[in-house]
Amino acid sequence: MPPFGLSIARAMGAAALGLALALPGVAQAQQAPAANANTFDAVRARGQLVCGVNTGLAGFAQPDSQGVWRGFDAEYCRAITAAIFGDPSKVRFVPTTAQVRFTALQSGEVDVLSRNTTWTLSRDTALGLDFAATNFFDGQGFMVKTALGVKSAKELEGATICVQPGTTTEQNLSDWARANRIRFTPVVIERLEEIVGAFVAGRCDAYTTDVSGLAATRSAQPKPDDYVILPEVISKEPLALGVRQGDARFADVVRWTHFLLLSAEEFGITQGNVDQMANDPRPEVQRMLGRNGELGKMLGLDNLWAVNVIKAVGNYAELFDRTLKPIGIQRGPNALWTTQGGLQYSPPFR
Amino acid sequence: MSQTTIDPRSLRAPPRRPLRLSWSDERVRAIVWQILVVGLLGAIVWWLWSNTVHNLEVRRIATGFGFLNREAGLPIAENLIPYSPTDTYFRALLIGLLNTLKVAVVGIILATVFGTLIGIARLSKNWLLSKIAGVYIEVIRDLPLLLQLLFWYAILQGLPGPRQALHPVGGVFLSNRGLKLPWIEWQDAHSYALLAFALGAVFTWFYRRDAIRKRIADGRPRPVWPVALGCLVVLPVAIWAAAGAPWTVDWPELRGFNFRGGLNMSPEYFALLLGLTTYTAGFIAEIVRAGILAVPHGQWEAAQALGLRPGQVLKQVVLPQALRVIIPPMTSQYLNITKNSSLAVAIGYQDIVSIANTTLNQTGQAIEGIAIIMVVYLSISLSISLFMNWYNAKIALVER
Repeated sequence: MPPFGLSIARAMGAAALGLALALPGVAQAQQAPAANANTFDAVRARGQLVCGVNTGLAGFAQPDSQGVWRGFDAEYCRAITAAIFGDPSKVRFVPTTAQVRFTALQSGEVDVLSRNTTWTLSRDTALGLDFAATNFFDGQGFMVKTALGVKSAKELEGATICVQPGTTTEQNLSDWARANRIRFTPVVIERLEEIVGAFVAGRCDAYTTDVSGLAATRSAQPKPDDYVILPEVISKEPLALGVRQGDARFADVVRWTHFLLLSAEEFGITQGNVDQMANDPRPEVQRMLGRNGELGKMLGLDNLWAVNVIKAVGNYAELFDRTLKPIGIQRGPNALWTTQGGLQYSPPFR
Repeated sequence: MSQTTIDPRSLRAPPRRPLRLSWSDERVRAIVWQILVVGLLGAIVWWLWSNTVHNLEVRRIATGFGFLNREAGLPIAENLIPYSPTDTYFRALLIGLLNTLKVAVVGIILATVFGTLIGIARLSKNWLLSKIAGVYIEVIRDLPLLLQLLFWYAILQGLPGPRQALHPVGGVFLSNRGLKLPWIEWQDAHSYALLAFALGAVFTWFYRRDAIRKRIADGRPRPVWPVALGCLVVLPVAIWAAAGAPWTVDWPELRGFNFRGGLNMSPEYFALLLGLTTYTAGFIAEIVRAGILAVPHGQWEAAQALGLRPGQVLKQVVLPQALRVIIPPMTSQYLNITKNSSLAVAIGYQDIVSIANTTLNQTGQAIEGIAIIMVVYLSISLSISLFMNWYNAKIALVER
């Protein structure tokens, strides 16, 4: 897509929110106001889930040569779609920049944000969002060119640093610089491709974003070894699935889809063995896969929703290994608490 | 015309009749229509407003301008007045406004100068010059401005890094970090001298106006240049010298990653200024050409027949008449430069739109943010329009 396409979209996006909020016809046509109806019914009626993803971040959300969206975040969109419809293909991906993503969600342009979005208090409250689940624990880091010879972020005094506007990254950067008495010049460009382009062209000495994003960008370069990610991690970035505030039923579906992926890994249910696992004697597996009880119905879904989701995308480990491992991201804090002492933990399916 | 003369139109006016409550009464019809239109407009505004408020409440989105006093926390690369991320959103937006004005004002001046030169070149009898100007205008006008901005930005990014910076003359460095120039260390004495220059310019302008008025009265020319020299050069220099004649040059030098000291023009600002100037100059050139061609050839010949020198012909006879045609479309071009400067977001120059966008993203106050952007552009544009309309009225043909 030519760069100006999205620039115009960005400009229009904010204005569109004003319109969408002002015109009840427009707002109701796209999504019912949260007070009485909910996104869940609206998605059902539409027969399609509209999922807000990144504009193109390797490993998370990027169209392949066939135009099919690939990556961790894109697979989460498919998992939620499979949970609702039993068919992962009933999803439409809407690429959103860091700046328009919340507007897109608020105005009903997308149903859910699966898009490297950090869960913060102000976003959870004043911005009118709810975060359903943290599906990736991340932290902010710095990447420099190897040739620069920098070994630590503390050496970045006086540097020019590339950063995307409208992100927690931008605010963390100024907090960190203030705390460490480091002066820097920001270069602030909205489009991911262009901020990376500016960094690669040498406009900036360092590029800062979530470590996973740095790894993705590094792996996408012709010579990844020309770039090095510095050891410091300066923030907590719990990347979470975002929905509109006051939309509890839909938030439940999104949240438990994530927990399902975790539990499936915990109990060893994979894309390949999910059918055989239906005969597994463990009671929780029986409940999860719909052989016993009505957990699916409690969510307002088909009782075989879990089978559909796992058949579509596999469990959390499979999903992770398929999308993020190839670009050099380790499980780290995203390992399961129950088996490897990581942070990912699912409440019981009961 | 004596005081006792009565305007004959008042005698022809129809006698005032009492208002009759009938559809056939023109005034009743007028009042009814006006009430209907105003009422409808009011209803639409109320409807939009109440729906907005309702939808914001339903979505539990906070409203109001209270966020302006909160700490912004966003880093800004270029600021004309001191700024740090601990300052408020209000100050951040003010920086954005100043950045917009910085590129718009400089852009308007440069585009006017280049546009006028190219417009005159297009009319030149020199075939090559005229054709070059023609090709320039056609190429520049036909390409989208955003594309040109990205082009200039890409070119500036292609410059060598700071450690291999181009170094044409002492103290001047050109790299992908921008253009670095030596600059004097600004002290109070410089501010005083600048103030004296500004006051001198105002005085010179009034003196010149007075001199022209007196010349029209008695026909005696009064030279303005001695006063101009005194007010614009001698006085500021004298004040600067009296304040101790401070003169310390701040040379840029490479320290660590980047250059320190000196005056910096960032690639983002430079690309935006270059793009806006070259693009708008193409349009202004055509406006200037049209204005000059609009002056009838007889005016040139008549002025020459009076014995005026070519320069005088242009200055005293042709330009005053051409300006009347040039000014109104020129106003539109100035407005365009200002509004087009919002394309800055594409190349990372932090103007009002960029900072307001980040603000509304961080605070979620989309409607307030957009309202601020609209108020800013409306204010700038109305100011330009008012000034240009005043100027247009001033140079309008005075019929005697």
